[in-house]
Amino acid sequence: MTPQINMPAEITQAELVTAIEGATHEVFSTMLNLPLVAGSVFVEKEEKTPTSGVVSLIGLAGAWVGTGSLSCSAALACKIASHFLMAEYEAVSEDVLDSVAEVTNMIIGNVKTHLENRLGGMGLSTPTVIYGRNFQTRSTKNREWTVVPFDCEGERLCVQVCIVPNADAEGKTVRSGFPVPHVLNV
Amino acid sequence: MLDVLIVDDSAAIRKILQRVLRQAEIPIGAVYEASDGVEALEMLKKQTVGLILSDINMPNMDGLEFLTKVRAEQAWQSLPIVMVSTEGTQAKVLEAVERGASGYVRKPFTAAQIKEKLAGLF
Repeated sequence: MTPQINMPAEITQAELVTAIEGATHEVFSTMLNLPLVAGSVFVEKEEKTPTSGVVSLIGLAGAWVGTGSLSCSAALACKIASHFLMAEYEAVSEDVLDSVAEVTNMIIGNVKTHLENRLGGMGLSTPTVIYGRNFQTRSTKNREWTVVPFDCEGERLCVQVCIVPNADAEGKTVRSGFPVPHVLNV
Repeated sequence: MLDVLIVDDSAAIRKILQRVLRQAEIPIGAVYEASDGVEALEMLKKQTVGLILSDINMPNMDGLEFLTKVRAEQAWQSLPIVMVSTEGTQAKVLEAVERGASGYVRKPFTAAQIKEKLAGLF
């Protein structure tokens, strides 16, 4: 059974996981043509051991605030860039980091669209990408992350979101309506 | 031949959109790039284009503000502008239309979706 966290009444953890899985599959199939197999969802409060690879972070802000993140190995980051840009990348470069940033933007952006139907309008920051070895990540204020792991051709990818009510929002929310299909004829 | 301005803060997306335009068999001439609305406006003052593809979420000047400023200029009021963005709510799409967008494509996109959208404009 997936460990439950104290999710807000407006959205369940299952709904959040569905949004993350759906957005990730859509991006990987539409723009990368890479297969993904979702693993067991888990909750993470903080990273227990140092990690290496690429982490991409993007902020969410509005009536609810939080962060979305994508993390993977350098090898998978290069594979993502190779498929995204249809060129060969064997080492992490600016193009690779930019590709991971944009993939994160598309995944978390689409998760945001799903969340906005329940939680009101939110803004999306520009992504920040970190690449290195032996580093740890931390969230302030003891936030808990819903983590959805995926296997992509033998490499592990994690997409995770933490989101909480904005204590400064004074209860003001804006309902943004329902998602629209890809192409709108206007 | 159609000269195009692509506005997106992601260099990767700008490259992909160029490739997708060619895959969509759109007769592309020159392609100009800008990483935000400020750069895009400066580019428009120097170059004449027949199509703009613009993201919404960008630093310095976002795509909706850029769209509003373009439509405020008489010379650019009929210029086809297609928004290409992760923003997918009805409210955001309607806002873009109200500000003068000629079309809207949500990211992620395929070449077929871009082709379908542009076929309706030309």
